[in-house]
Amino acid sequence: MNFLRTVWAIVGKDVAAELHTREMINAMLVFSVLVLLVFSFALDLRGAAARAAAPGVLWATVAFAGTLGLGRSLARERQTGCIDGLLLAPVERSAILLGKALGNLAFIAVVEGVLLPLLSALFGVPLLRPAMLLVTVLGTVGYAVVGTLLAAIAINTRAQEVMLPILLIPLAIPALIAAVRATGVLADGGALADVGGWIRLLVVYDLVIVAVSMLTFGFVVEE
Amino acid sequence: MRKDVVRRSQRDVLGAVLVGLSSVAMLAALGMVFLYAPREATMGDVQRIFYFHVASAWIGFFAFFVTCLAGIGYLVQGDRRWDALAFSSVEIGLTFITMTLLTGALWARPVWGTYWTWEPRLTISAVQWLIYVAYRMLRAAIEVPERRARFAAVYGIVAFVTVPLSWFAIRWWRTIHPDILMGGEGMAIAPQMVHALVVSVAAFTLLYVTLLWLRMRLERAVNALACLRAITLQKGHSDGTHHSSKGPF
Repeated sequence: MNFLRTVWAIVGKDVAAELHTREMINAMLVFSVLVLLVFSFALDLRGAAARAAAPGVLWATVAFAGTLGLGRSLARERQTGCIDGLLLAPVERSAILLGKALGNLAFIAVVEGVLLPLLSALFGVPLLRPAMLLVTVLGTVGYAVVGTLLAAIAINTRAQEVMLPILLIPLAIPALIAAVRATGVLADGGALADVGGWIRLLVVYDLVIVAVSMLTFGFVVEE
Repeated sequence: MRKDVVRRSQRDVLGAVLVGLSSVAMLAALGMVFLYAPREATMGDVQRIFYFHVASAWIGFFAFFVTCLAGIGYLVQGDRRWDALAFSSVEIGLTFITMTLLTGALWARPVWGTYWTWEPRLTISAVQWLIYVAYRMLRAAIEVPERRARFAAVYGIVAFVTVPLSWFAIRWWRTIHPDILMGGEGMAIAPQMVHALVVSVAAFTLLYVTLLWLRMRLERAVNALACLRAITLQKGHSDGTHHSSKGPF
């Protein structure tokens, strides 16, 4: 119970801080629209080509915009010295990880909430389906949690935020593939039952990555 | 002091034995690959790459498994030797995975008509290669040895658990790789080919152990040198000899 209260307190703090400045969420949103633009120029996305590419474009954009937000969220903790306060507080380290990760998940979810209707309209794909909600959430949870863990590692290196995408993207590949494939089937009008295998893979990935991240986060922030 | 000398000479003997054994094993593997194993019917001699390709891929994966275990060992016990094991294994694994990618390209060109295909086993090797490179870059970007060891251990563990998941994802994504040992469409496999493969994998494993052992010995020597240097420096100070604060040079 105490654990959950801690997690919520950290999420609340991050959301409140972000609502004041909105610098992170705005940067992520503008950046993801830019990525969309780059993709449609680079691949000349019109008609059938756009429909075929939409799932890949969606998740690539989420992955890139996500690293932007994840890196920023931990860098801000350090700039303000807030992370020291959190670590001094008598709370479990894994609660800190989950709190930070849920906050990041919320920010990425906002980006996805904008991207899904935008892609549906621009590329002519029916992405606004209830089943897509499940795929989107499952595709993002593990990414946000391992991304938060690796961001905590990255900000303590000489290269700082530059390090994060290099560490994170190769580890996000299973989730990326599964999410792209599931989205592709759903965009082609498939039912949720048609993507059962991919959903299961996403669930396993999320469970494994959350468990391992929670177990190892304590070692990242000790000292 | 004496005990130390004895242990060092024992290590020298063990090193010589390991080097000798892996040399013999590699020669045996070469002999079997080129003389014992039959010429493959459709692909011809180029198929002989297979024995080195599979063996180095195996080492690439195995080395990362060792890194993961060593990472757990380091986090639990905090012993620097676990860390040395972890990064030595990554260095060797990176070499072998690079070989896997190169031999894969060399084999794919005559057989599939292209240097690179997004075939699952090649793709997972490429992903692993990138993870190894990220691991090395992470280490290079941290100066404090204790922190470097800790972060690298965490990354080694988290990265390793994603590898089987990547494998499943990529496999379901698409496949044109011959199912070699399952007797799939790929190539007809003679019993001599299996023998050659087994010997080749065993030889590569022995080579991996030897390289790992030598690499860790090198690391021990580096640490010993650093210790000696520090002691000399301290002695110099206590003797009143003038030393620049920058070190012995």
